[in-house]
Order: sequence, then structure tokens, then C-alpha cells
Amino acid sequence: MKKTIPVIICAVMLLGLFAGCGGSSKTPNGVVNVYNWGEYIDTNLIAQFESETGIKVNYKTFESNEQMYSVLKQGGVSYDVIIPSDYMISRLISEDMLAAIDFNNVPNYSLIDDSLKNEAYDPDNLYSVPYMWGTTGIIYDPAIVGEVDSWEALFDEKNSGNILMFDNSRDAMGIALKYLGYSINTTDETELNKAYELLKAQKPLLQGYVMDQIFDKLESGEAAIGPYYAGDYLTMHQDNPNLKFCIPKEGSIVFVDAMCVLKDAQNKANAEAFINFMSGTEQSMANAEFIGYTSPNKEVKDLIDVDDFTKAIMYPDVATLANCEAYINLPQETLDYYDSMWVKLKS
Amino acid sequence: MSRNTQSVRSEKGIGDSWRTVKEFFEHFRKQSFAYPYVIWMGLFVVIPIILIGVYAFTSAEGTFTFGNFSGMIDYAPVFGRSLWLAFLATVMCLLIGYPVALAISRMSPKTQRIMLMLIMLPMWINFLLRTYAWMSILENTGLINRFFASVGVFDWINGLHAADLHYTPITHFQLINTSGAVVLGMVYNYLPFMILPIQSVIVKIDPFVIEAAEDLGANSRTVFRKIIFPLSLSGVISGITMVFVPAVSTFVISKLLSNGTVMLLGDLIEMQFTGAAYNPHLGSAISLIMMVIVIICMSVMSRFGEGEEQAVVM
Amino acid sequence: MKKKYTGGRIFTALTYVFLYAPIIVLIVFSFNSTKSRTIWSGFTLNWYKELFNDNLIMSSLQTTLTVSVIASVVAAVIGTFAAIGFYNMKKKWRGPLLTVNNIPVINADIITGVSLALLFISAGAALGFQLGFTTLLIAHISFDVPYIILSVMPKLYQLDRNLFEAAQDLGCTWFQTVYKVIIPEILPGIINGLLIAFTMSVDDFVISYFTAGSSVQTLSMTIYAMTRRRISPEINAISTLLFAVVLILLVIVNMRESRQHKVEIKKEKMLKGLV
Repeated sequence: MKKTIPVIICAVMLLGLFAGCGGSSKTPNGVVNVYNWGEYIDTNLIAQFESETGIKVNYKTFESNEQMYSVLKQGGVSYDVIIPSDYMISRLISEDMLAAIDFNNVPNYSLIDDSLKNEAYDPDNLYSVPYMWGTTGIIYDPAIVGEVDSWEALFDEKNSGNILMFDNSRDAMGIALKYLGYSINTTDETELNKAYELLKAQKPLLQGYVMDQIFDKLESGEAAIGPYYAGDYLTMHQDNPNLKFCIPKEGSIVFVDAMCVLKDAQNKANAEAFINFMSGTEQSMANAEFIGYTSPNKEVKDLIDVDDFTKAIMYPDVATLANCEAYINLPQETLDYYDSMWVKLKS
Repeated sequence: MSRNTQSVRSEKGIGDSWRTVKEFFEHFRKQSFAYPYVIWMGLFVVIPIILIGVYAFTSAEGTFTFGNFSGMIDYAPVFGRSLWLAFLATVMCLLIGYPVALAISRMSPKTQRIMLMLIMLPMWINFLLRTYAWMSILENTGLINRFFASVGVFDWINGLHAADLHYTPITHFQLINTSGAVVLGMVYNYLPFMILPIQSVIVKIDPFVIEAAEDLGANSRTVFRKIIFPLSLSGVISGITMVFVPAVSTFVISKLLSNGTVMLLGDLIEMQFTGAAYNPHLGSAISLIMMVIVIICMSVMSRFGEGEEQAVVM
Repeated sequence: MKKKYTGGRIFTALTYVFLYAPIIVLIVFSFNSTKSRTIWSGFTLNWYKELFNDNLIMSSLQTTLTVSVIASVVAAVIGTFAAIGFYNMKKKWRGPLLTVNNIPVINADIITGVSLALLFISAGAALGFQLGFTTLLIAHISFDVPYIILSVMPKLYQLDRNLFEAAQDLGCTWFQTVYKVIIPEILPGIINGLLIAFTMSVDDFVISYFTAGSSVQTLSMTIYAMTRRRISPEINAISTLLFAVVLILLVIVNMRESRQHKVEIKKEKMLKGLV
């Protein structure tokens, strides 16, 4: 016993200390730290980028814009590329947390569809390059909850125990506000309070507040209905063809996620190389085919190799899009209200 | 006897007279071994806790305030729930763990070693994985519900209510996403921490004491009540400490087994630092209160115990 | 007067089943040919293949092992010397210092994690460093040392105080006494503490979660991130491998212990035979 333990310890030590040597020989050009949504990239692209450029990608994921914001605000972290949503980008710009991108290093920016440039969240196109866009809607199993065309289904008692809900404050409130007929960007306290009460009443009916955990639950039949993003519906549909997607008649949300560089990024050049790589037609198309979201690249729409069903969801018609609202950043007062209300709701 | 005189000699302080200057320096040299660690503790144990206090009493602008505490009433349900569930988990661990510890201590030393090894084995597997395992078992489409469905339990129950027009047929028992699931997760993860200390203390009880009691006419019940249980108390206290504190502060178990529907203190604190609502001041305030609660519970416990509880586990 | 404790034994057996059932489920479904964690469809080793190809898991495993080994060894050194120092202190200093030492053990780990994060981030903002491997290591050492001290102190108390005197009478300097006499005597305590500290470091999640920052990840952190996304039976595969490794280690240790035990009994019998 006296001898075995030191031997085992030495073996483990040697294993631990030498197991990782030699990793840097394949990637001599430094690193880039990427912070993205979960389930939001074709991992082959990461490997492709690493072998093409020799830059090592440290890829980490977050669950929601608010969580990403908390981590960045708390400090002590060093990300280079972050991929938040529109309203979060305008918040980060207003708080001076983003670096202006040197577009000489991102020539593929010219491939971005013009309708996605000069958007409200980054009016002068200084800080972001669109990554993917899409719509939010309800994903459901009609065999259990019937046909759905309204947000009401998420608040209906007869679906109790089968309902999932967004685990982030803006999407959850957004749905409640839309169902009540208000704007998702309202700052009116009465309207916000009504939405909060609605969410509170919904809580006992819920199976849980989820983000990416929703994949397994809807695919396996653990839950029957929940709101999520169109691209993820397409992914779930592959594993469970029974699932259906609907953009409710009250209207929904359209969003753009874009790549930004943090102000204190330590690998700015590598960050811009990564952004340029992901914006290339071939890469953006492969990414879109894998994750199901809509590429902002103007060439992809014609080149992409997907069936009609998928294409209809990826590229919704004008009428549907007109019924969808985009988030804008809210004033600090409203943001504080959102935070405190969200904590109270979950408590 | 010589031990006593030795200890008297080594208790010398600065003011006492020294036989030689050499002794004086040697005494400090022996002590000085600890100085690096004392500095380390100051930096990495004491200062962080002071920082929590500082953050708890300051606002985002940096001014001194009680504001973080004034809203605490809103979170009373979370405090109550955490304390209650942790209490339940501790009681269940005690009710399950004590008999098991007793049974193990009565086995032969060789069997005891194997049984203890078997208890420690799950502890070595990451607790995230062990909690995740329960998801597969408790889910609506999980193993337990599938088993019940396959033997027709739900059909039978639905049949009983066939006449009731307002009855919606059930397809599963709601096991996951309940407080029960969270308590189960706590008990499962922390049960070994209750069994091990109790067993290690019971085993040290002198068997002659038990024999003497029996010779004096005590039946096994009395032996337990008057001899074994009181003598095992320090192990029980140790076990309760090692179950209650992690149980009251966990956030992983509630996240995995309740999908955010059962919010505990740990979830609340995590939310304020790296979660969805960034407010380190509020988070620190809650942490401070949690620390105070834990200290109060521990002092109450140590009234019953005799000290040196942590050493029991070793 | 051999009593039959059947009731207790049955209850114990049931408890062990309770403890092991989920692990068995994990292991069984790690070989499942579909992604399902509850419906068995066939045998496959695919998930293990995917596991070994997953760079993130492999690198976080390496990080975990490196941090745990370094932290527990450093903690063993710091802790042993600290314990010797505490042992020689007057009671009035030793008491409070030992209480402070116990804080990381008693305190909820989320508080330890959050408080260290606050410290590192404030210091980092002022001095210009970030959360990373170093802060992770410091955090691990901080919560490992108390376990070493708690393990070594009892051994120190068991030492015969005459040992110091005897060694010095025989001509040892103070340092020689410590290295050649004291440490070998308390070595079982140090090794025991080292193993416990190593286990606590490997198994830790909460403290690492708050102090590792963006550039490194421990295995627990990776597993946690996996449970927050689409769950892959790769998790089951990790569990099975961990279980197998730990089982083999414990069996080896146990076999060695019982073999040593048998040797000791033989020796005793021989001595008795001679006497």
C-alpha cells in the first residue's frame, strides 16, 4: 500500500502533465477566443478554420444574451469574438464594450445582403458583421396539443405539464407582450406588469424554463410544446418528423445575431480573420445547412441545397416577416425592471 | 507523565524566560513553518470573505447602502424553500444513513472495508454525472415511467376514473421538475457523507462497553438508546454538517432535476454573478445571509457535539 | 452470542442498490446505438469513439488532471509545514488559525467560488491579469490545504514528543529532525490528505466554474456545459470510463492492503510461534 499509492500518483501526474504537450505545433499563429450561442455552429468549420489559418479556436458557449452580458460585465474573461443578438449589440455599443472592426480585414462583408446592413442596432455598420438571422415561433407535437396558431397554446391549462418556456427574460416577456398585443419593446409599466402577471400564471403549467435543453425534450417526446427559434426547429424536425412549427397570428420576433469584437480583445487580427472566414459563401452556407438558421450572405439563398419545406421556414414570406418585430435595446430603467422581475418570477 | 512536562515546556511564549537564546529562536523557527500559509489564508480565505461583505453593503455606484438587503423579503420564498429542502434531505440521509452505518459497523473488518469501498466508489464519479443519471430515470419518458406504462399502471389508474367526465387520462407520473426530485438528488449525492462519519465513530465504540451493558441486563433497544447513539453523536453531527451545508447551497441539482422551476439559494446567487441578471451586490448580500445562516446552524450543532468533527471524516 | 442482523443487512443492500442503480443505467446506455437515454436499441461503441475525438473533452480532462495534481502536491507541501507550525504554536494562536483554516471546508462552495472570483476580478482589474489557469490553481490550492492540515494534525498529535528530543540528542539539527524524523512519521497522514485533496480537486465544479475564466475548462465544467445543451450519450461514455478507472484503482489498492494485512498476520503468527 505504501508503495502503490506513490506509484499511482506518479503515473497520474505524468499522464496529466505530458498529455497535452504538442498541441501548439499545429496552430502556430496564436489563438482566437470565440463566445457563441450553444448548438450554433458546424464544428467542422472550426477545424477547417484552424487548419487553413493555423489559429487555434477556443470555443465557448453561452445560453442567452443576458448570461453573456453578465459574464462579460463581471470581468476577468478574455473573449475576442462574441456573437450576440441585435438588441444586445446596441446595448454593448452604448456601453462602449465593442471595438470598431477594421473592414479591410473582413472583405467578405461585401457578400452580406444589403437588407441586413445599416440596421437599427448598428446604424453605421462599425461594430458587427451579421452571422445568422431567423424567426421565433412555437414548436409543437400536434398529436398531443392539436393544431396551434396562437401564443395562447403556451398558456393553456390543457397543455399543462407539457409546456416549455424560454429561460431568458426578453424572449419570455416578448412572448407574453405579443400575446397581449403590445410591442416587445414597450417601456410602459402597466403593459410590462400585465405581461409579468401572465408569466407568473403560466409558471405552474410549465415543465421547465429551458434554452438548448429543449432539443432533447421535444425530440424525445418528454415535452410537447415550446417556443424556440426556426433554425432549431429544423434540426429537431430531422430527429422527430412529427414536430411542427408555427409563427403565431399575434405576431412574433425576428432577430439577427452578429459577430462582434470586444474592445479589450487580445487577438483582434485573429478575431477579424475568424469573422471573415465565417462570412464566406461556402462557409456560411455549410453553417446554415447544419444549424438550420438563415444565412445573411446574399449568394446563399440561391445556392443552398435544402428541400422546399426547409427553405420555406428558412426564408419566410414577406407577409410573415411583416408580422415579426425586432428587439431594440431598452432604457436602463426598463432593463433593471426586467432583471428584478425575472428573478422574482423564477423564485 | 513525561508528556505533560514536555507540553508545559513547549507552551512558552515570548514573555516567559528562556533557558537559552537557542531555544527562543528554535521555538519561532518551528512556528515559522506556518507563516507562509497564514499569509496565504489571509489573502485567499479572509480577504475574499471581506470582499463579499464590502460588495453586500455597497451599491453599483460604490456608495454604502443597506439597499441590497431591503429587497430581501422578495426572496424569502427562496430562502424558505432552500432551508426546507435541505432539512428534508438531511433528515432522510440520517434516517437512511444511520442504520446502514450501524449495519456496516457490525460486519467483519474485511467485509467492512469492501462495503466502505463500495460507498466511496460513487463519490469518486463526478456528481454532475450522478445527478444527470437521475434525469434518465425520472423523466416523463424516463425509465420509471416507461416501466409503469409497460406494466399497465396508467391504464389501470385511468380505468378507475373512467366514469369521471372531467378526468384527463395520465400517461406518466410527474417525477422530475418537482421539489421531490431535487430532494432525491440531494439525498443521492450526499448520503455517503452521512454514512462514512457515523460508521467511523460507531466502529470506535469500545465493544466491552456494550458487553458490560448487556451483562447489566440491557436489551438491544436500551443498548442502542443509552450507549451507541450518544457515543455516535459526534459522527452524526459531522454527517449533518456535511449534508446540510452543500444541500442548502447547491444549484446544479436544482438546475438539472427541476429545469429552473425550483429555485434555490444557489441558483439565486449564481444568477447574480454569471447568470441572467447581473448584480454582484445583491448576490453578495444573499451570500452573506447564507453564511450567517450556516454559522448559526453550525453553532447550534456544536452545542450537541464535542468539537473536532471534521477530523472524524479523515 | 452472534446476532443475526438480517433486517439491517437487507436495508443496507437496498441502499447500495439505490446508490448504484443510476450509475448502472448510465453505463448501460453508454453503449446504446441511438441517442436515447431510456430506450435500448442495440449495442455500439460509437459514443466512445466520439468521446476520444472530442478535443474539448480531452483538453478539459488534461486541465483537470494537471490542476488537481499540482494543486494537491503544492497543498501537501504548504499544508504539512503549516501543520507543523500550528502544532508548535501556543493554543491561543492555534485555535483561531485552525478555525480560519476550516472555513473553506465548512463554507458552501458557491460562496468560496464567488468570493474568490470577486477577489481575482478586482485584483485582476487593478493589476491587469485575467481569470485563467493560475487563478484556477490558486483556488484549488486554497481549498485543498485545509484537508491536508486536517489529515496531518491528528498524526502530529500522535507523535511521541520524545522523538524531537531523541533526534536532537543524537546530533540532528532542527531541519534534519523535521525531514528525517518527523515527516516520515506523519507520512501516512500526508498521503491520506493528498488523496483526499486530489479527489476534491478532481470532483470540484462550483469553485472552478467561478474562477477558471474563459480560457480554461475543467472536466466538470465541460460536463455541465454539455448538460445545458443537446445531451449526447458521450456523457454516459465519460461516466463509464471514470467508473472503470476508479473501480480498478480501488480494487488494486484493496488487494494490496489485504495482501499486506495477510503478511502482517503471518508475521504475528510466526512471532507467537517462536515465543
